[in-house]
Amino acid sequence: MHRIWAIIERDLRRFRRSPTLIVMSMLMPLVQLVVLGYAFGGKVKNLEIGIVDQDHGVPAIKLKEMFQAVAANARTFDTIAYHDQAVALHDLREGRINGVLTIPPHFSRKVLAGANPRVALVEDNTDQFSTSALGGALTELLATYNSPADPPRETAKVTLDMVEIYPYVPYIQYLLPGTITLAIFVSAMIGGGIIFIDDKARGLHEGYLVTPIRKFELILGFNLAGAIKAIIAGFVLVTVGSIIAGIPDPLNVLRLARMMVLVVVTALALISMMFLLMVRVSDPLVPRAIFGVLNTVLFFPSGAVYPTASFPPWMKAITVVDPFTYAVHGFKQLVLKNTGLMSISYDLAFLVGFTLLAMSAATLLFRRTL
Amino acid sequence: MSAVEVEHLTKRFGDFCAVDALSFAVERGEIFGLLGPNGAGKSTLIRMLTTLVPPTSGSARVNGFDIVRAANGVRQSIGVIPQAMTSDLELSAEENLNIFAKLYGIPREPRRRAIKTLLQAVDLEPWADKPVKMFSGGMRRRLEIARGLVHEPNIFFLDEPTTGLDPVSRVAVWDMLSRLKRERDLTILVTTHYMDEADKLCDRVAIVDHGKLAALDSPLKLKASIPGRNILEVSFSKVPAGWENTLRTLPDVAELKAEDHVFRLASHNGPRTTVALMEAARSANVTVTSLSVQSTTLDDVFVHYTGHQLRDALQAPATAESPYLMKRH
Ligand SMILES: Nc1ncnc2c1ncn2[C@@H]1O[C@H](COP(=O)(O)OP(=O)(O)OP(=O)(O)O)[C@@H](O)[C@H]1O
Ligand SMILES: [Mg+2]
Repeated sequence: MHRIWAIIERDLRRFRRSPTLIVMSMLMPLVQLVVLGYAFGGKVKNLEIGIVDQDHGVPAIKLKEMFQAVAANARTFDTIAYHDQAVALHDLREGRINGVLTIPPHFSRKVLAGANPRVALVEDNTDQFSTSALGGALTELLATYNSPADPPRETAKVTLDMVEIYPYVPYIQYLLPGTITLAIFVSAMIGGGIIFIDDKARGLHEGYLVTPIRKFELILGFNLAGAIKAIIAGFVLVTVGSIIAGIPDPLNVLRLARMMVLVVVTALALISMMFLLMVRVSDPLVPRAIFGVLNTVLFFPSGAVYPTASFPPWMKAITVVDPFTYAVHGFKQLVLKNTGLMSISYDLAFLVGFTLLAMSAATLLFRRTL
Repeated sequence: MSAVEVEHLTKRFGDFCAVDALSFAVERGEIFGLLGPNGAGKSTLIRMLTTLVPPTSGSARVNGFDIVRAANGVRQSIGVIPQAMTSDLELSAEENLNIFAKLYGIPREPRRRAIKTLLQAVDLEPWADKPVKMFSGGMRRRLEIARGLVHEPNIFFLDEPTTGLDPVSRVAVWDMLSRLKRERDLTILVTTHYMDEADKLCDRVAIVDHGKLAALDSPLKLKASIPGRNILEVSFSKVPAGWENTLRTLPDVAELKAEDHVFRLASHNGPRTTVALMEAARSANVTVTSLSVQSTTLDDVFVHYTGHQLRDALQAPATAESPYLMKRH
């Protein structure tokens, strides 16, 4: 009995004396509770719908007004008017908008003639949550449109055709972009966080510091080493992950090349973030303790598992500064929509800017002494 | 120009003064020993001299380069073996050396040659391509010595190179250092806890305690500088009153310390004091239970100058060896 107590006592005493561990072991589940609680199942809002009115008749205008009313009140979507359907569809393919509603020519005539006209919604179906939110809102809207209160002027019923522009996207494919980003992050976390601090603690860096190596050479060396490891992890996920998730034509060379551009930029961004976080740390416990929290705080608000359109404002604030967001968005474009680099230029620009900022800050904080 | 010139060098951590206005010079070609208990400030001093830690005040020049203003000149001309073993365990001996040679910008051909010679010099050639994690402590230290010399520095800093090694490895390391010093025309600055080592191998020894210089000279002169050339340790079955005074007045006794029945006498003439002591014991009817006569060691010098035993100091709670060193709670 005494011996059992001895073991328990030692363990508890030690636990009491490492406040970082205590705080983190309590904080981590709480962070998970809050972040996951708000990351899933929120109402998807503020989707962007392009409207192409090829009719311009009064019933068409009335239909548009109803759309704008939804945009103003329920805020499930916002509307953008397009004159040219081709432009609208191009924007849809580039991921700038979520759907294109086309009111065909002769729509008004058919309504007035009592013939049942059709309107078509071409939608980006890569996000099932957005798709079903949009579908629900539109069905409701048309039901209202079709049953005008008093007095019924026309008997025509408008029907909605939903057209999906991409092949069906199973959830595993939807998750792949987040997973690729996560693989890069984990590699950056282990290489740039845990191993980096362990090496520091073991005195390995002391060995470097007594040689004539310059500060920027050290920083570049550490970061490029971490980035290379992260890029390898990203490459494996991009190829093997695509095959496992069943992405059509998974080894398409052109797409792989574009993905690698994003992998490299993402790896640099995440490794420089890691380096900035670790630049003044010397306790090996720290990277281990923050790993879980950091993971939760970066991954879930990024839109990797659920559309960011459903997040509360505070989480959207994380979304905006979170490098994951841009990496995940970029990979979604490339993996699920097979777009070109142009459509992710903003993502790339953000990640490059983030890298430069984090690296400059880390360089300022880095000390070439113990 | 001396190899190392230290002037009023001071390092404070908050209120605590780890190195307190030290001044000394290390001459070219000598092995200079820094002797001091745990927490004396030896590592801090070495870290300042090797540009790892900026001094709070004072100045120092290493190979003529100011440690603050010309830090890279210092780094170029020194080899450093930190207190913690810092070779990469996953890499082989040769890979470890290669990385460091590259850090010093040595071109491929000379690099290959230097590594081969060094591995020979530290008797590690047969293990060149084995991972360092398979090495014993002594082998690792020897590898680090090779690592510190890979760019042919003029001045070599070693922080406790033999701590934790068995007696055989200790001797091997010191033999190696003496030989390397002769062959390569090195100046060596080394810290140690081991008095016997410092005695045998150092040309000059500085005794440091609480960050201050307590004494500095060659081991021979240091030993000669303290009262008594011999130390007698003697214990008695029981001692009559005034016995301590009797002992103090024995011929040639310079110093006396007493602890219950055990006495420690410093004497200028060991044999004469011993004979007188035996006679005094017989006439007072006191039984001598043990008696040893030693010549003065650096331990005695240390006790004399610092006022406490190194052994006591060694048992003080171990301080963090490096701000980076993994703390095991
Ligand atoms: N970064 C630091 N912050 C605060 N105090 C420090 C720091 N580094 C060293 N010290 C303190 O300075 C004193 C001298 O330490 P130092 O490591 O130089 O001693 P040392 O003589 O090398 O001892 P040892 O024989 O244990 O290696 C110690 O009391 C230590 O606690
Ligand atoms: Mg030390």
